[in-house]
Amino acid sequence: MDFIEIIVTLSGLGLAAFVIWYFFFSARRMVSAVSSSGGVQQVSITVKGGYSPDVVEVERGKPVQLSFYRDEENSCSEELLFPDFSIRRALPAFQTTLVELLPQQAGTFAFTCGMGMLRGRLVVR
Amino acid sequence: MEPTTKTETLDIEGMTCASCAAAVEKSLSRTPGVQRAVVNFATEKATIDYVPTQATPATLTAAVVQAGYGVLARAPDTSAAERSAELDRQKALAYRQLKRRFGVAAGLAAIIMPLSMLMLWPALMARINMQVLNYILLLLTLPVLLYSGREFYTSAWNGLRHRAANMDTLIAVGTGAAFLYSLAATVAPGFFTRRGLMPEVYYDTTATIIALILLGKVLEMRAKTQTSAAIRTLMGLQAKTARVLRPDDQEADVPIEQVQLDDVVVVRPGEKVATDGIILVGQSALDEAMLTGESLPVEKRPGDAVFGATLNKTGSFRFRVTKVGADTMLSQIVKLVEDAQGSRAPIQRLADKVSTVFVPTVVVIAILTFVLWFDFAPPATRLPLALVNFVAVLIIACPCALGLATPTAIMVSTGKGAEHGVLIRNAEALEKAYQVNTVLLDKTGTITRGEPAVTDFRPAAGQDAPALLALVAAVERQSEHPLAAAVVRHAEAQGAATVPATDFRAVEGKGATATVAGQVVLIGNQRLLAEAGISLPADLTAQAGQLLAQAKTVLYVAVAGQAAGLVGVADTVRDTSAAAIRQLQGLGLEVVMMTGDNPQTAAQVAGQVGITRYFAEVLPADKAGQVKVLQAEGRVVAMVGDGINDAPALAQADIGLAMGAGTDVAMEAAGITLMRSDLQGVVTAIALSRQTIRTIRQNLFFAFFYNVLGIPVAAGLLYPFFGILLSPMLAAAAMALSSVSVLTNSLRLKGFAVGEK
Repeated sequence: MDFIEIIVTLSGLGLAAFVIWYFFFSARRMVSAVSSSGGVQQVSITVKGGYSPDVVEVERGKPVQLSFYRDEENSCSEELLFPDFSIRRALPAFQTTLVELLPQQAGTFAFTCGMGMLRGRLVVR
Repeated sequence: MEPTTKTETLDIEGMTCASCAAAVEKSLSRTPGVQRAVVNFATEKATIDYVPTQATPATLTAAVVQAGYGVLARAPDTSAAERSAELDRQKALAYRQLKRRFGVAAGLAAIIMPLSMLMLWPALMARINMQVLNYILLLLTLPVLLYSGREFYTSAWNGLRHRAANMDTLIAVGTGAAFLYSLAATVAPGFFTRRGLMPEVYYDTTATIIALILLGKVLEMRAKTQTSAAIRTLMGLQAKTARVLRPDDQEADVPIEQVQLDDVVVVRPGEKVATDGIILVGQSALDEAMLTGESLPVEKRPGDAVFGATLNKTGSFRFRVTKVGADTMLSQIVKLVEDAQGSRAPIQRLADKVSTVFVPTVVVIAILTFVLWFDFAPPATRLPLALVNFVAVLIIACPCALGLATPTAIMVSTGKGAEHGVLIRNAEALEKAYQVNTVLLDKTGTITRGEPAVTDFRPAAGQDAPALLALVAAVERQSEHPLAAAVVRHAEAQGAATVPATDFRAVEGKGATATVAGQVVLIGNQRLLAEAGISLPADLTAQAGQLLAQAKTVLYVAVAGQAAGLVGVADTVRDTSAAAIRQLQGLGLEVVMMTGDNPQTAAQVAGQVGITRYFAEVLPADKAGQVKVLQAEGRVVAMVGDGINDAPALAQADIGLAMGAGTDVAMEAAGITLMRSDLQGVVTAIALSRQTIRTIRQNLFFAFFYNVLGIPVAAGLLYPFFGILLSPMLAAAAMALSSVSVLTNSLRLKGFAVGEK
């Protein structure tokens, strides 16, 4: 094994480790919902290659209004799925789409794009 | 002339209780120009009818603010129709752009490919400057990358910032690596030659991959619009206007949004019914196929319900509006189908788990592939081999096929179900219906019509049957009793003469009497005759006994003070029941019947439709218990009921099927709602679920198999044994075809048809 091979091997393994950490173990951005005067918990989410914030914390038993602003035309994000709430919604590009739901149980509920590539979580306390 | 009014809906913010709603309503009602204001606390919406010359949305908002509440700014277009139109516009635009991007990529790749192959002719190569050729290829590839492929890079970049990886990440990294390597070889060939490497370029690979992936996307987009075609068709059924009858008896065409409850709407032959309501005047045959799947027109008369979006065939009628907007049958069907399409099937769980980790895992595999090739290939070729296989792994991996496998099949099949009048609540219901091996039918309303019909007409000795029937029908025509309606239907079917009746009188709980052709005619139960002092001859008494033994209701007829005959009435078996039950049995299902009738009647009906196992004398409260009995035998039970008192049994069953446009309660409890009132819908539902789950299994198998096989081959696993390497261009072709194959397989469900009888 020559010197270059060692370099390539080490950097390859390092890169692989970084990919695993970056996608699976790094910290996520979490945001708690803000309750409006009417008791509706509101959160704005920007959709651009992913959801930001991608972890949303809400309270149980109160209506939740998520406004998804899709800031891109990329077809990956054109659909939004909340399987636990039976929601499949098309998000028009450069527009805000409101998604309303009422979480009755505590738990973590995933929301994803149409193909399950982009992911976010709704954490109900 | 009365000034026309406009309707405005406002989203009210800050209401915490019902009294807040009342306050907002009061404030709005006092605003000049407001004719009517209704505030719904639950939906936080105010609906206001106002005269536009005296009030404006701004003054309405001011009134809300004055009451101490806020008005939420609404998205500019909120109606579902407008939204979907906007989406369609965007999609059409995106499709055109995609096709253009594909065109550019394909055109340039078609030039780049042959140019790159010049090196296959050494004689030709000797005359061409390699360096110049590489620069030409670079110039040709740049537009493919920057114009056609730009979306891959921006999407991958945006995703990376969110720690999300998708298909675009794989394509961007794969083509990006090939391009950057080629760029280095073009700009600084000396760097390579000094290390004993050929400065090879992969512009053809880069351009071809992008062209092929875009081709896949074009095909995918075209197929995807078809998966949701059913729901768009349903939404398109909605009438745009209604011909409303104004208080001054003038007819006016009004946009559908402005139609209100209790409005009277006029419908002429050939017109679409605007919304749901009840017929006041007139009668007609309506084509309800779009809602129920029933191909024959349905006769409707005053008092019958009509539904928006159905088609009026023959007569004219007026109806009173009972439901508008989201409450109509059509809207509820659309909502149900939409919900079902958004639900997740349990079968999908594994695919979901895999797709969460898919892309990063593939990236890791690709990196390891690169390292292994670099370490073990001969030094002269190690870098190009490592690179080519690295790119091939990234390109061949297709998370889309996994992601599309289940939802597309569910979307097509729920839409197809709606077309047949079978409404599937969610993907889980579909999966349950697939597992069913026993179908439990509640006799009344499913196997039978659930409404009485005349089965026997027995005139007394010496009576002329047609004449007697005409007399009886004349009395019953005046009555509103359901049994009377059955007698009238029978008489009409027999072609009995219509004669006028006078002095009609209904005797509560006993029957009715009237004078027909100068004779007093009585029809009712035995008490009615007994109280009139009319005795029954022995032969009629015997016949009545026979009918009663068959669990039939007996009506006694007397004419001019003499017992004249008997009418036997019973719930009758639907014409389609026996055939549908045969089909269910043909699907390998055991069909079991349950009824409140005595064992003899139960046996008779069961025999008539070919059912061998039945539960008789089941009390309504006990229906759910019978479902449990079957489940205790280890069966997966589908319960079919008309829904009114079957809700607990429907809920207890593994899958409940509510029949006949069901009540709301049944629709809640049932996994599947059958719009059409016959058992054929059960056959459709089960056959459709079987075909759907089969399609999903094929899709998932293909998607897993494709990736599990494709990735190792692309990594070069076959090379040490057979010397086979997968070109990244072939990998791109495979990848483009894989998601299209899954989609096409799902779209095959559109051809679903049940062999009717």
